[in-house]
Amino acid sequence: MSANTQRLKLPLLRTEKGRRTITGYLFILPFILGFLIWFLLPAAVAVWLTFYDWNMIRDPIFIGLENFKEIFRDKLFLQSLKVTAYYTLVSVPVSLVLSFLVAMLLNSKVRGISVFRTIFYIPSIVPAVANAVLWNFVFNTEFGLINMVLRALGLPKVMWLQKPEWAMPALILMSLWGLGGGVVIYLAGLQGIPETLYEAAEIDGAGRWAKLRYVTVPLISPVMFFNLIMGIIGSFQVFTAGFLITAGGPQNATLFYVLYTYRTGIQYFDMGYAAVLAWILFFIILGLTLFVFKYVGRLVHYETI
Amino acid sequence: MTELSSVSIIPVSKPGKKLIGERLWRAFIWALLVFGAAVMILPFLWLLTSSLKTQLAIFRYPPQWIPNPVRFQNYVEAWTTKPFGVYLRNTALILILNEIAIVGTSSLCAYGFARIEFPGKNFWFGVLLSTMMLPGIVLMIPTFVIFSRLHWVNTYYPLIIPAFFGGGAFNIFLLRQFFRTLPEELTDAARIDGCSEFGIFWRIMMPLAKPALATVAVFTFIGTWNDYMGPLLYLSKDPNKYTVALGLATFRSAFLGRTRWDLLMAASTMMIMPIIVIYFLAQRYFIQGIAVSGLKG
Repeated sequence: MSANTQRLKLPLLRTEKGRRTITGYLFILPFILGFLIWFLLPAAVAVWLTFYDWNMIRDPIFIGLENFKEIFRDKLFLQSLKVTAYYTLVSVPVSLVLSFLVAMLLNSKVRGISVFRTIFYIPSIVPAVANAVLWNFVFNTEFGLINMVLRALGLPKVMWLQKPEWAMPALILMSLWGLGGGVVIYLAGLQGIPETLYEAAEIDGAGRWAKLRYVTVPLISPVMFFNLIMGIIGSFQVFTAGFLITAGGPQNATLFYVLYTYRTGIQYFDMGYAAVLAWILFFIILGLTLFVFKYVGRLVHYETI
Repeated sequence: MTELSSVSIIPVSKPGKKLIGERLWRAFIWALLVFGAAVMILPFLWLLTSSLKTQLAIFRYPPQWIPNPVRFQNYVEAWTTKPFGVYLRNTALILILNEIAIVGTSSLCAYGFARIEFPGKNFWFGVLLSTMMLPGIVLMIPTFVIFSRLHWVNTYYPLIIPAFFGGGAFNIFLLRQFFRTLPEELTDAARIDGCSEFGIFWRIMMPLAKPALATVAVFTFIGTWNDYMGPLLYLSKDPNKYTVALGLATFRSAFLGRTRWDLLMAASTMMIMPIIVIYFLAQRYFIQGIAVSGLKG
């Protein structure tokens, strides 16, 4: 009887290892299915789309490499790349350094420090839409906060969102308000540096500057590196600010790459070309990440304590 | 000790002078902190005072920091200009289902990765880590194509169903890190007693993982409440299905001609408030989430 039921069971269930394998896969099944359905399938669809001209209404037409050739004729593509590169090159280094300095300040032992930490962190979790609405008003030429401050200082008013040369600095300024997310990561890193290292450095006669240069900076460099990678990846995904505040303007000065991709695909229904744009974004981010790992990664100091 | 300190080899400046230097330094740090905090707080103050001003007071220079008269009516008007009650109900529906889906399935997957040994586990964990590196926005176009083929555009499905498939690599990773810190002895004892693997997960690990689960729940709340891209892609054609984020984004078009900044600021304040409340209620889970994984949500 018992031998009979044994034979009916799947061979995998007979051994302890087999049972464990099945249990393990059952536990991670949601992830595996999700990976196949929401990751691999869209990726395959994205490959397929690149060879077709399709507006989602009529049947797709196979056009070979036409979508790829279009890239070289498309001035807006070039413009959106320039805009995104400008944003990345300014906002990433500035926020990397600024949030480190803020984290240093917030790591000092002065009264009320937890209140300061809260104040610096909260702007980073404000919903992007509310953020866009608020800053749209802050940058208002006639009665916005910034121009009122400029007026109080006796400076001329700036048409932040109407002039192509000012729109991007405005959006970068706005993004700096949300640097708290990076600050908290730095802060966790700073608090992980053992106090004994600073004491040892003091015994060796190190002053404030030397402690910063030879203890803090090397030990925080992995966190800085992490924030750099995340900053680059994040800056290539900026959408809401450019979409809601400036609508890509004035004169395409804030036509971020994702905004252009969104327009191409979701507003103009040029799905094939939008898929090409998405693939290019993927390879840009991949390329930049690998580049940063290879050339900046070697500057990172890994301590084995 | 006394012997050691008498043979001081370090050149130390006079103690009195050093103390003054230290005090000045602290004052300097404090001044910088106060200045920085003022800059960070100013936009919030601006938002709040503007939301309580009359239309005329909005345009006045110098600006009134304490509005006179205070107009609470702005909040009532903002709430009724657009059906924010409906938007709130829609957002709550998406939110509740996402919480259930994400907390439920990410903890299952995380337990599998953290506590069960099976062939192929490292491969799938590698897959998980690599999906964390790829920004989801890259798949925006093909995913939109798939959802429109399924006729899911203008439904809540695209914003809910995917959450049931593991709840995101970041959450799985965070919970896996937490499960790994729990002692093995607990589960070994239960296994000897004949407890099933799911029983161990459900009855022993889940109660212990409450802080980590709370972290995931808080990040899910923030992510869903703040999400704009998702509702924009899939719900923007049907105003009855708008979320709060989508409603606020289209709020400006509710007025012809002059922009009603007073009402816009009131509506924005209402959208920010729940986030700030959540922050103060769940502050420690924020810090935990960031410390465990070194990632921000």
